[in-house]
Amino acid sequence: MNKLVLGLTTALALTLASGAQAADKYKACFMYVGSKTDGGWTQAQDVGRQMVDKELGDKVETVYVENVPEGPDAERALTRFARSGCGIIFATSFGFMDQTVAVAEKFPNVKFEHATGYKTAPNLTTYNSRFYEGRYIIGQIAGKMSKTGVAGYIASFPIPEVVMGINSFLLGARSVNPDFKLKVVWVNTWFDAGKEADAAKALIDQGVDIITQHTDSTGPMQVAEERGIHAFGQAFDQIKAGPHAQLSAITDTWGPYYVKEIKAAMDGTWKGGQQSWDGLKDGILTMAPYTNMPDDVKAMAEETEAKIKSGELHPFTGPINKQDGTVWLKDGEVSDDGTLLGMNFYVEGVDDTLPQ
Amino acid sequence: MEIAQNILLTIATAATPLLIAAMGELVVERSGVLNLGVEGMMVIGAVCGFAAAALTGSPWIGILAAIIAGALLSLLFAVLTLSLATNQVATGLSLTLLGIGLSGMIGEGFVGSPGVRLANIHIPGLADIPLVGRLLFGQDPIFYMSIALTAGVMWFLFRTRTGLTLRSVGDNHKSAHALGISVLGYRYAAVLFGGACAGLAGAHLSLVYTPQWVENMTAGRGWIALALVVFASWRPWRVLGGAYLFGAVTIGQLHAQALGFGIPSQLLSSLPYLATIVVLVIISGNRRLTVMNTPASLGQPFVPDR
Repeated sequence: MNKLVLGLTTALALTLASGAQAADKYKACFMYVGSKTDGGWTQAQDVGRQMVDKELGDKVETVYVENVPEGPDAERALTRFARSGCGIIFATSFGFMDQTVAVAEKFPNVKFEHATGYKTAPNLTTYNSRFYEGRYIIGQIAGKMSKTGVAGYIASFPIPEVVMGINSFLLGARSVNPDFKLKVVWVNTWFDAGKEADAAKALIDQGVDIITQHTDSTGPMQVAEERGIHAFGQAFDQIKAGPHAQLSAITDTWGPYYVKEIKAAMDGTWKGGQQSWDGLKDGILTMAPYTNMPDDVKAMAEETEAKIKSGELHPFTGPINKQDGTVWLKDGEVSDDGTLLGMNFYVEGVDDTLPQ
Repeated sequence: MEIAQNILLTIATAATPLLIAAMGELVVERSGVLNLGVEGMMVIGAVCGFAAAALTGSPWIGILAAIIAGALLSLLFAVLTLSLATNQVATGLSLTLLGIGLSGMIGEGFVGSPGVRLANIHIPGLADIPLVGRLLFGQDPIFYMSIALTAGVMWFLFRTRTGLTLRSVGDNHKSAHALGISVLGYRYAAVLFGGACAGLAGAHLSLVYTPQWVENMTAGRGWIALALVVFASWRPWRVLGGAYLFGAVTIGQLHAQALGFGIPSQLLSSLPYLATIVVLVIISGNRRLTVMNTPASLGQPFVPDR
């Protein structure tokens, strides 16, 4: 009986997997908030870790722990990592921020990196991706491709990252179709395939013919495929779920950044206290192939992508008014990063009340 | 008016898994057993249904696999709580954790693989009737199963002798035992039935609702099913009403958001829970009837004298 219970407990225990065991290898450790097969955020992180294995496998050993809740457990997991000889530790979720700061203070000789946060320390650097650059491009595509001139946006939680994405999408769409409209539906979850699909159905029933999402499942893409409309993938190339529906996808590509940082950590050039916010030009963010669209739309998307990469175009360039009509950015003025990272307002044209 | 039918179809899809899982749990609780592992059995049903359908190409084999998988997991619960008299609450909770963990392991190779959709039934002619055609004659087979299940459970519990015996086991297992009724036998059967229903509900998620497998795809629906049973005060038709009310308000609030009424989305998102609780509490307001319907031995272990 006890053995049975023990066996079950073991099956439930957090999986702590590791690659090669050679002691002389540099140890890089990753802490995930979800499962590495979630098909979204965490899976993209794990693909990045696998790239480290592939490129630096003879010198670096990677270790990861999945499904760490954002709370005291995160601090325990980080402490265990730090004690077990990890040279550099990546905490890959916004909600790990305070725990990472606390543990970094206790282990000054271990290097820490925290994804999408804003608190740093002498041995703690943050990194993030300029997802809004991709959202501007898909907004432009939506502006060209939509026949009804209305897109549906399935949103998770009203945090700056999501609000920034909605604004950027609409600015992109309105740059090609000034009358473009956007319907926003908040599902208050990052991940519920059924609910996301329900939201997509509701939006389509109300006349949108393009769906985009800031949630993590392929539920909306499947609905778009079934109903014969277009959609954009999120975090991952979702072309398998929507071979006729997907126009493009914003895909997270963390691998090159991880390889760069681990190399720097090994040769002593790694710096703490940095806030890295890379975008399309650095390859941390890539666009899935532009599919299911005419050549001129594709050419436009490619041109915009090239302009963003070269720095010629910044999605948040004035004149831009806030939703209530007051001036936010004057003609030619470009938003600073601080305003973007704390964004808590809509730009003019968003047809929704921002939940506060 | 096509939009009205579309909305009703979306509501039916949202309500069906809740209805099936809750109907199974209702029978379990009527026999005096509280199985909090619905979420775990549902997610196991979802992954096994998806895997079997993906491997064989047949959604029907998927449904069968989901039912068997749900029943097998509930068998583990039955052995622990009935034969070994462990605490039902603790065992049920760990069953949920086990189900979620195990489903992640089984499903690892199936994440992102193309799903098999269980095709909708389409009766030519009838399904083309405007407004109600597809609603009545053009839905997926599991929807019809859920309606048949509700009718079947009502008939069984309140119109058959075996159903009466099952309820008596749930109300007073000592008396039932003294009368020579096999308390544990009835409870084993009820728990297995509940597991099979939860498995079927899971299959609906991974073969109809969103034909794909992702970890934790039940996303709390097992818990909602459990709550429905209690708030419906163990009456099958109220479970049916509760599941559809929950589905209707869920879909309705999404439409309200898309229309842009300017109501805070957090409030709208909590509406399905609020509305379902309020309505079911009001209709369960008759205290005497509620007490009468509550299985008096619910959650209490039964150890027969040797």
